[in-house]
Amino acid sequence: MEKKVIPGRRKKYNLLFMTLPFMILVLLFSYVPIFGWIYSVFDYIPGISVFDCDFVGLDYFRLIFKDTNVVRTLKNTFIFAVIGIVLTPLPMFFAILLNEIKCSPVRRVVQTFTTLPNFISWVIIFSLAFSLFATDGVVTTLIARITGSEVTSILSSGESVYWFQTALGIWKSLGWNSIIYLAAIAGIDQEQYEAARVDGAGYFQCAVHVTLPALMETYVVLFILQIGNFLNTGYEQYMLFKNALTASNIEVLDLYTYRIGLENMDYSYGVAISILKSIVSISLVVLANMVAKKIRGNTVI
Amino acid sequence: MKIKPSKSRVVFQIFNYFVMLLATFICVYPFWYIVIYTFSDSSKAGISSPVFLPRGFSVSNYIDIFKLKGFFPALGVSVLRTVLGTAAAVLVCSFLGYMFTKEEMPGRKIMYRFLVMTMYINGGLISTFIVMKSYGLLNTFWIYILPMLISAYNIVLIKTYMESLPASLEESAMLDGAGYVRVFTSIILPLSKPIIATVAVFVAVGHWNAWFDNHIYTRGESSLTTLQYLLYNYLNESQRLADQIKNASNLSSIESAMETISPKGVRMTITVLASLPIFMVYPFMQKYFVKGIMVGAVKG
Repeated sequence: MEKKVIPGRRKKYNLLFMTLPFMILVLLFSYVPIFGWIYSVFDYIPGISVFDCDFVGLDYFRLIFKDTNVVRTLKNTFIFAVIGIVLTPLPMFFAILLNEIKCSPVRRVVQTFTTLPNFISWVIIFSLAFSLFATDGVVTTLIARITGSEVTSILSSGESVYWFQTALGIWKSLGWNSIIYLAAIAGIDQEQYEAARVDGAGYFQCAVHVTLPALMETYVVLFILQIGNFLNTGYEQYMLFKNALTASNIEVLDLYTYRIGLENMDYSYGVAISILKSIVSISLVVLANMVAKKIRGNTVI
Repeated sequence: MKIKPSKSRVVFQIFNYFVMLLATFICVYPFWYIVIYTFSDSSKAGISSPVFLPRGFSVSNYIDIFKLKGFFPALGVSVLRTVLGTAAAVLVCSFLGYMFTKEEMPGRKIMYRFLVMTMYINGGLISTFIVMKSYGLLNTFWIYILPMLISAYNIVLIKTYMESLPASLEESAMLDGAGYVRVFTSIILPLSKPIIATVAVFVAVGHWNAWFDNHIYTRGESSLTTLQYLLYNYLNESQRLADQIKNASNLSSIESAMETISPKGVRMTITVLASLPIFMVYPFMQKYFVKGIMVGAVKG
């Protein structure tokens, strides 16, 4: 970075020279990996220059459509997405209920503690879940004591994977996701409530006819963005909770890519799956953004 | 205009308080549980787990942790990457944010678009891994810092904030002969404190919580193990042993498994210590967190 200042018209080129080094970093860390997509049309072997490897064309892409694991992991991704989408109104309802708590210290305590899990890493959450739900976990033993029968740990139950993982996700993000709705509620004109009350509406009717419609725009935008993002599940949560018994149900497409590429070292195939996923997901996100913008276009946030 | 609370209103309020306090309890209890477990007397806790209060009282778990080989180095790596990574990222992002407010910069639009594109498209995990490997960044400390240095999203947030600052301050400083860098450090940076604090908090939490980069890039270098990854390793081991015990048919193999098991106490104590910084900074940072989601929502 230049400390010395050169006065005059040359100044504006200084701006460029100060910015360019960082743009090179962007190129190296964000764009070069995109050029790395070329690995997918070669039979890439680590340690050898990619151009010395065999050119295989679109063979790896054809393989994707024959791979039953892709079908299975895609199905898992879909199931998680559908459950997630069905539950999207939860933060909104949570915000409405929280707003009905008129005692402000209580409200603050509830908000603080329900938001906190959002800032806790998945490793820690896994550790907490392990302490509570493992075979010797406190919740598992408690249930066993109440029912008087042997209870298997939910962490090693293949059937409960979908709802249990969703529940964990909600535990982590519910409070955080409700903040935006709380802010929207705070922005509703109080006169609307008074008018509704004059017309004889009770609290419940106020919530249904004033609060809910006011939150709808925010909700629809977030809903569309979530649909656009459904392929991007990430790796952390599913990787941590995966074990021999949950593996077949918990493995989402992202995690499968990880397994192919970095565990089986089948780089080229891993990259091919990534590319296909990226293309589908980018088109979905761009489409979702366009729809969201259109909806938001005539609103003021 | 007041409505006399009706009977159904009272019922609703009771129900609502109950639901909200239950939600709070569910969020807090797991943390409370590991805290009381780690402060329990391990001989008593081993027989019957504490539920609401510690069984006995002992700090031996914490003493064990401080004696544990690898704990302090991992803590050091975590602190170092959080401090250095956050400082570097905040400095670079706010500097670039400022640069992109300068309309006279040649090529501003193209470079800005070049940057913003990275929010929507990336090479994906495998390809990024191969490229990082070819840069020679595997098993180096730099892999923690460099990929998280420039975030288009944070730059957009900062730039938007800086654009809202009054231009007159900057102009008068320019007339007094200050250059861009000078204006940035002595005028723009201090004025942008709220947004920079918001971004810093998010970057710091991201660094502190990161373990996946440790797992894929620096697994081979134990001196680069972070606290989160140390915990991950302990958890993995515990889970493997739990499976082993379940599948073990004879008693002796169970015993041998038990001998090598990482004590539950160690695992839980690391969990407490790894979440402690978040708990400590959270009350002070809450307003920044909230502000973060609001600016993000307006922008995004």
